[in-house]
Amino acid sequence: MLRYANPKRFMDLSGAALPWLAGAAAIFLVAGFYLGFAAPPDYQQGDTVKIMFVHVPAAWVAMMAYGLMALSAAVGLIYRHPLADAAAKAAAPLGALFTALALVTGSLWGKPMWGAWWVWDGRLTSFLILLLIYLGYIALWNAIEDETRAARATAILALVGAVNLPIIEFSVRWWTTLHQGESILRPGGPSISAVFLWPLFAMALGYTLLFFSLWIVRIRTEILERRARSLMLGLS
Amino acid sequence: MTALFFRDIRLSFRAGGGAMLALAFFASVAALVPLGIGPDLKLLARIAGGVLWIAAALSALLSLDRLFQADFEDGSLDLIALAPQSLEVAAATKIAAHWLTTGLPLTVLSPLLGLLFGLPPQAYPALVLSLLLGTPAISAIGAVGASLTLSIRRGGLILPLIVLPLLSPAVIFGAGAVLAVLDGLSNGALGLLAAFSLVAVVLAPFACAAGVRLNLAG
Repeated sequence: MLRYANPKRFMDLSGAALPWLAGAAAIFLVAGFYLGFAAPPDYQQGDTVKIMFVHVPAAWVAMMAYGLMALSAAVGLIYRHPLADAAAKAAAPLGALFTALALVTGSLWGKPMWGAWWVWDGRLTSFLILLLIYLGYIALWNAIEDETRAARATAILALVGAVNLPIIEFSVRWWTTLHQGESILRPGGPSISAVFLWPLFAMALGYTLLFFSLWIVRIRTEILERRARSLMLGLS
Repeated sequence: MTALFFRDIRLSFRAGGGAMLALAFFASVAALVPLGIGPDLKLLARIAGGVLWIAAALSALLSLDRLFQADFEDGSLDLIALAPQSLEVAAATKIAAHWLTTGLPLTVLSPLLGLLFGLPPQAYPALVLSLLLGTPAISAIGAVGASLTLSIRRGGLILPLIVLPLLSPAVIFGAGAVLAVLDGLSNGALGLLAAFSLVAVVLAPFACAAGVRLNLAG
């Protein structure tokens, strides 16, 4: 793996792969949207069930983004590799964006289904905390001027968060059962039939590919920015 | 390390130290809540556990940003890092001193504030016990945040942003323990809180030491 971690080689490889990734993301997203709109309305939820196709994959990608960010942070902390630092830094705003997307679409779905924009449901609450953790991580990156020091500090924060997130998830679930019991409708109904599964699958793939495309773009930008900065330092 | 321990305790009680300020802040937040909510004792008794827990978390944060920063600025942190004892032990010592000067006084004061909230007598043991078990976690996780932000000039602003979301399990279990007694339920909140606190106290010194090291290396 370290063979590909050379920034130059990464730039060549990612530059070649990016159009394919982005193209595949576009194809799957278009297909997902088409299948999603073509899907019949649910017998209970009507057309609002289609919010699921934009909501559920966003939540999946938001969680995956944290995992990838923490993994990059750990690699950066252990091997002191600037590419891993850049990858962790680039993943955070994307993760925050997908978390926010999941929260907003969830809220739009919750209004017709539960009759409220917001309920203190376990998943909603833990995603709100996930968003706050992302924002804290980004704020810490921006607050420390020294690049390598910021990378180390945020990596530790990302790992502490990675240890704590399952505990938060558990505590929030424990908390909602204490307060509300089983009054909350489970979104998605009792089971998902194939008509809904295919668009969901296509959208999940599309979102994931979109995340990877954007991630690569951001890492490339980060590397170019660093190069530009060192060039400027060389000139002055 | 005992010298470091007693030095930190002495410093926090001297002028400019955070111990008494944190305690006063705790009391004033708790006093302000009924002014905002209204004097309905029934409602206040229900929210007492949650309010006191949030006030405890906030007031501990108040003194946390100076936990490593003051030592960093006057250079004593470099000496601590050079000492034969490992930095992990030093971090654990500082966490213990911080807890003893903020978490413990808050816990002692909490029954008095519970009284102001009209908390029924049977809930006091749960309130005091939950704070006693949970405030070490606040000091420990807060210290990790303090070590990461120690070189930032306005670290006090960013510290709550990164620490408060990580503290949510402590607040949930701590306030939940008090609420469970009010509802006459038995649940494992105190046990879960103790487990969370234990994990935090054991792991935090390592993260703290790593945070201090990266800031000294520059």
